[in-house]
Amino acid sequence: MEMCADPSTLDGINWWMCYLTTGKHQSFYLSFGTVLLLLAFTAPVVMVLGFGGAMARKSKILPLRWFGLGYTNIVRGVPDIIFFLFVPIAMDQGIEYLRHQVKCPDVLEPIRQGNDFVVCTAAKMPLGTSAQWVHEVYGFTLALIAFALVFGAFAANTLYGAMNAVPRAQLETAEAFGMTDRQVFWRIQVKQMWVYALPGLSNLWMILIKATPLLFLLGVEDIVYWARELGGSKTTRFAYPHPDWRLYYFAFLLVFYLFMTWGSEKVFARITKRLSHGQATVGAGA
Amino acid sequence: MSCYDTLTDYGLRSIGIGERLLPKTDITLCDQFVLIGSGMIWNVYFAVFAMLLGFGLATLVAVGKASQNPWAAIPAKAFIFIFRGSPLFIQFFLAYEIFVLIPKVGIDINLGFATITAETRWLTKAWLGAVIVLFLNTSAYSGEIFYGALRAIPKGDIEAADAFGMSGFRKFRRIIWPAMLRLAWPSYTNEAIFMFHATTLVFFSGFPAWRQSGDALYYANYFADKTFNPFISYPIIAVYFVSFTLVIIALFGWGNKRLNRHIAPEQKIRFRFKPQFIR
Repeated sequence: MEMCADPSTLDGINWWMCYLTTGKHQSFYLSFGTVLLLLAFTAPVVMVLGFGGAMARKSKILPLRWFGLGYTNIVRGVPDIIFFLFVPIAMDQGIEYLRHQVKCPDVLEPIRQGNDFVVCTAAKMPLGTSAQWVHEVYGFTLALIAFALVFGAFAANTLYGAMNAVPRAQLETAEAFGMTDRQVFWRIQVKQMWVYALPGLSNLWMILIKATPLLFLLGVEDIVYWARELGGSKTTRFAYPHPDWRLYYFAFLLVFYLFMTWGSEKVFARITKRLSHGQATVGAGA
Repeated sequence: MSCYDTLTDYGLRSIGIGERLLPKTDITLCDQFVLIGSGMIWNVYFAVFAMLLGFGLATLVAVGKASQNPWAAIPAKAFIFIFRGSPLFIQFFLAYEIFVLIPKVGIDINLGFATITAETRWLTKAWLGAVIVLFLNTSAYSGEIFYGALRAIPKGDIEAADAFGMSGFRKFRRIIWPAMLRLAWPSYTNEAIFMFHATTLVFFSGFPAWRQSGDALYYANYFADKTFNPFISYPIIAVYFVSFTLVIIALFGWGNKRLNRHIAPEQKIRFRFKPQFIR
């Protein structure tokens, strides 16, 4: 805006208008999109991983069952923040290690040299020459994988419980109709489990929302990053000097999260009502 | 340096006793085990104090939310909504900013036999500030659990109390409160496990580690950064947490047994490991 050319001459409402529309503030507003993007991408991956994990735990093959049990229990028994710190760096090193083996087979020096992790330049991920946005997308993707792995374990547990909660008589009836195991599973058990899974899944969604500020720990420029950046006190050398306003920025984030959880609660209440239609549960009032 | 020396040097490093300097080069497996274990002292400290203090407030909040009186019910509901509806991570940040802004003054507290000075600058230190945040947070979560249990108390229990002529506080202390605890205990166990895991957020969100004395995750992260190898320090801290989680389950299992000791075997409530992670 033209009037914002010289901020030192502004006061009152104009100062605020200009202050709240600076380039950095626009990045701040966009970072809310980053959070929503993470939620939008993670939720389906979590469901797929959760379904896979639940099926692994129900599997007739013993090692697969152990894998499912191990996955769900280890992830749930350890603070998730450890996974958020561990998975991205472990993935990053794993990918670079593999690329190193493929692209530079002639380099014979060990990759781990004391306290360093050295791969050849061609194996770097992303390449040192790639654009900034590639680095950002790569970082975001690693964060997304970490989130999906952790929440996949929770979802697997919820879905496993829901599959077992389907009344046994329903499955026996299907068997009596001559359905095969596979048909019983897909047509009866999976169809009916959702109403039992819903309380757990809605809880999981709430937890997922509340876990998004941890993106900040993974180096993604999310809302927490910008709130700290913009709120910190600015001396007169800056265009818009102000004292330490981080308190207000964080209060704003708090309100944003309260609004998100409040809205989600309303939506889930409606879905529960719809799904319990015709079911003999308390939710349907039958 | 033998592992025993490391233990005497670094065993209590996290609370400021022993060697000041952290190992920088030639980090051994023993260094990592000892220092991360030393950091667990903080995690246990945070969890124990937050849970002990939170237990009392949670009971009050639950009774408040269940109360007919709007002056009690509305504040209790708002308290629960704010602390359960927002991430603990943001709560830490926000609380730290508030604590920093509070004027730095000392308040003399006369205990009769001695005078101690409580200083507000302690609030910005993790040992007090973080405990306050965790205490409020766990009170809200436990309060909701207790509230759910209050509503699930069998009507017969309360009618029996009425028939005995109990009323007011006596009915609450002898009948309602024990029944509430018994019903809430399995969920409360999960809350304790969760609270314990949440203590890892303290030094990652606002509260600075003073003289590099941090919790277990602080050291695990330090080693992962220094050695650029996440495959050793993070599994070590995972082992620590899994074993401490088992200890919590054992302790609370003993409590559950005691609360259920008058109940017929087939009606006893069993604990199921189902923590609700991340707030």
